[in-house]
Parts: sequence; structure tokens; C-alpha cells
Amino acid sequence: MEKIPILKMGRFLLVTIQVDMHDQLAMQLQEDLTDRIVAVRARGVLIDISSLEVVDSFIGRMISNIAAMARVLDAETVVVGIQPAVAITLVELGLSLEGVRTALNVDRGMAMLQQQLAAEQG
Amino acid sequence: MPSAAGQTLRKVLAQSQKELLGDWLQGQLAASTLRSDLMKENELREQSRELLALLQTATQNGSLERIDGTDWTAVREFLARVSRSRAQQGFSSSDTATFVFSLKEPLFARLRADLGNDAQALADELWATGYLLDRLGLYTTEMYVKGREEVISRQQREMMELSTPVVQLWENILALPLIGTLDSERTQVVMESLLQKIVETGASIAIIDITGVPTVDTLVAQHLLKTVAAARLMGADCIISGIRPQIAQTIVHLGVNLSDVTTKASLADAFSIALKRTDANLSRYSGAAT
Repeated sequence: MEKIPILKMGRFLLVTIQVDMHDQLAMQLQEDLTDRIVAVRARGVLIDISSLEVVDSFIGRMISNIAAMARVLDAETVVVGIQPAVAITLVELGLSLEGVRTALNVDRGMAMLQQQLAAEQG
Repeated sequence: MPSAAGQTLRKVLAQSQKELLGDWLQGQLAASTLRSDLMKENELREQSRELLALLQTATQNGSLERIDGTDWTAVREFLARVSRSRAQQGFSSSDTATFVFSLKEPLFARLRADLGNDAQALADELWATGYLLDRLGLYTTEMYVKGREEVISRQQREMMELSTPVVQLWENILALPLIGTLDSERTQVVMESLLQKIVETGASIAIIDITGVPTVDTLVAQHLLKTVAAARLMGADCIISGIRPQIAQTIVHLGVNLSDVTTKASLADAFSIALKRTDANLSRYSGAAT
């Protein structure tokens, strides 16, 4: 069965979504991710959707859900790499991902999380 | 009947083309609708001569009833060219159609002279000729309108391209000076070019300056908010600047909620806060995007 890989980078987890999402894959990802957050005591999650060219309301909702779950486990979620066309689609669909932080690319997202971590510790 | 009715017309066009041209030009030059300010006399002469010659060829072979056949292709192309050039020269549509209709008078006079007292034949001939010229005139008008529409759509396209420049003010700071009314089509273009520029430059702040937007209604405000939301998804914050006093009042009266967006009265204020937020070093600008 296909699975979305979750990479650990320091205190953060990196999820790169490259395939079309469907219900089961999304459920699997939510389960795996929450497990990993707890297991490695992650403080942040980066969801990279730069290879997605098409999004629908399902993916939008899934991302919001993941962000909400991660927040409960004290990990901040940053969605990175949204393509211009995807951004326009999401806005037209009325899904502006309220409450989810966004960054242009993984670098920026990582910097954002690190800054926040430093601020909390400092 | 139609083939018989065309005989005299064909003969007239073939035999007395020169006289016909002379009469026609005289009529056109004397007419009050002549636009000598837009067109030189010899250009008119040239066009009239060409049309007569083409008409002669077309009537020799083609039917007088239908002008959409292959025999009439040359005439149609000529008329299309004339209407297009006249549309650009500034003629009105009736001026352009009059060019064709004015041929009626000299042509009818010739036909009358030729057929003399044969009232029946003359009536048939006049009907056929009138019908033909009406069709040609209508076709000319149609082409004129088409020419004008092309001009309009070209201008629209050009305006669309002109109206959405995204400029880089500083490292990580973009500005989008909006000029003119925002409709949904323009918002789409604006959004696309802004997001594309964000990807290219990696900017983290975009200033949308609406000094040039004449009115802000709920629809425009919604378009603005959409653009802001899309930019946010790309990881860039938006600042809306250039809000004029009246527009601030309208926004509040309309109940538009801009509280999630940073708004500034002038582009200068927006720029200064953008510099602060990006921790920009004012003494040097590395130029390239990070």
C-alpha cells in the first residue's frame, strides 16, 4: 500500500505530498503523523505541497485537520510550496486555510519554525 | 428572371465603366457626407475604380442574388479591406456604407438611359441592382463593425497588460500599484502576476497600492481580500496602501471587514513598515532574491 513518507529534520517533521490524496491515504497520513509527533516530540510540521498542481476542497480540509491535530500535540504546522494556481484555486474555493501558517518554500518554512522555537526558548 | 434582370447591369458595368466612375465620383465628391478631412480625393478615386472593376468581373460570372459565392470573393475581400481601413481612419459606419450605396444613383441613371421606355424591364433591373448593392452595403457595415470590434478587443488586451505591473521595491518587498476599476477578470490577472512574482523573487511582503482605484465597492473589496488571501497562502503578507479618505468611509459604511489586513494611508508608510518587518538593511541592497 502506498504511504506518504514523513522525514524527521531536527525537531521538525517534513511531509512531502506528491500523489493524489484520497480518503484512506489521508487517514493513514493523519495517523502516522500524529504517532510520529508524539514519538519524536516534534515541535513543528512542514507540509510541502509544491508538487501538487491540482487541489480540491478535500485536500484543503485535510490540511486544516492536520494542522489542528498537530497544534493539540504542541507542534506548529507550516504549509509550504503552494503553487500560484493552487493558491488561486484555494481562495476561489473559499479555503484560505485560516489558522495554518504558510511559507513560500521549505527553507522559509523551516526558518519560520526555528525562529518561533528560538523565541519560545529564549 | 434573375438571370434576365442582370443583363443590362452586366452590360452597363462592362461597357460604360469609365463614365460610370466619372458620375459616381462626381456624386461622391458633391455629397454632403464627403469626409475630405479623413481621406484624400485620389484615394477615394482609386477605391471607387477598384470596386467597379471587381464588380464587373464578379457580375460577369457570378449570380446577382447571392454575394457569398466564390465569384464574389474578390469583392468581399476588397470591401472588408476598405471598411477596416475606414474604421481606423475614423469614418462612421454610415459613412462607410454610403460609399457603396452612393453607386446606386449613377448606376440607376445608366440603366434608365439604356432601357429607355421598357418599364417592366427597367423595374426588374432596378430591383436586381438595388438588391445587390444593398447586400454589398450591409456586408460593408458588417465588416466595419468587425473592424471596430477588433480595435476594441486589441485595446482591451493592451490595457490588461499595461495595468498590472508588479514592481520589486526592495529585497523581499513587492509593490502592486493598481490603477482603474477592479473587475473579476482583472483581479485574476493581478493575482496571477503577483503570485508569479512572489515565486520569482521570494518576496515576503507585497504592498497593494489602491491610490489609482477610483471606487471601492463590496465586490472590489472582496477581490482585494481574495488577492491578499492568495498571497498569504504563498507565504507573503500583504499591506494595502493608498486608501483615500472617501474610500475609507465607503469601506466602513459597506461593512467590509479589512481588519485582518494591514492598511496604510500612503505607499510610503506601507514601505517603511515593510522594511521594518523584513529587517531590511537600508545601507545596502544585495539585489538578488535570497
